[in-house]
Amino acid sequence: MIHLSPGRVDATRRLVLKGGAVVALAGVAGIRFGLAPALAAANDAYPDAAFKVKGADGAIQALYGKAAEKSDKVRMDAPEIAENGAVVPVSVTTTLPGVTSIAIFVAENPNALAASYRIPAGTMPSVANRLKMAKTSNVIAVVEAGGKLYSASKEIKVTIGGCGG
Amino acid sequence: MAEDVKPRVRVPKTASAGEVVVIKTLINHVMESGQRKDAQGNTIPRQIINRFTCEFNGEMVIDVHMEPAISTNPYFEFEATVPASGTFKFTWYDDNGSVYETTEEITVG
Repeated sequence: MIHLSPGRVDATRRLVLKGGAVVALAGVAGIRFGLAPALAAANDAYPDAAFKVKGADGAIQALYGKAAEKSDKVRMDAPEIAENGAVVPVSVTTTLPGVTSIAIFVAENPNALAASYRIPAGTMPSVANRLKMAKTSNVIAVVEAGGKLYSASKEIKVTIGGCGG
Repeated sequence: MAEDVKPRVRVPKTASAGEVVVIKTLINHVMESGQRKDAQGNTIPRQIINRFTCEFNGEMVIDVHMEPAISTNPYFEFEATVPASGTFKFTWYDDNGSVYETTEEITVG
């Protein structure tokens, strides 16, 4: 390697750089292709991007494209302490009119978005399910009503393997 | 795992017109998150129910998109108004392409 002429080193470097660029382009194209059908199908699409985002704020942004404001009209029922992080019962209800969707986020999970509900007119804005939580974390409920976002959050302590306090 | 999947649904048998009924559903499913590793250190591939829908006489009541953060044996509870007698149809969509369906009648009287 020491005896390589400067010209040859250059050529190798160029090749490496070229290779890198091709990989980068392929990567971008892959993402484009992946997203295009999802965007095309509009409302019925699986919100792929939002499910892959880490952090609650980022996930809310990815799902709705805007931030949520806190509201006391969104009520979330959840335990203070979850003895088993694999089954944490959470329910969300709201008195807001014109609710179109409800989403639940767990801030510290590998992917923050847990579930998103589409609520057509005639269905009560009241849902309950059970979440998996990796560790103690804020759980955030976001309600979309009349085109605006409202949220409520609560910290749930996970004591898996502990004494259950 | 698919052969073990059995949906269970609780809907009131009767209701008065326009009444709000509580519907509870549960389906037994592993909900493998895709985050865990087996004894050899290989990632166990993700297999979850990724979508759940409920229709009443063909009209959508609720449509849920799910992520691995939903617990094993996903349980859902929600409320719907019942304008007339009819059939609730529940559908679960698995990552592996399976679709599980069940229906429940309700009589308005």
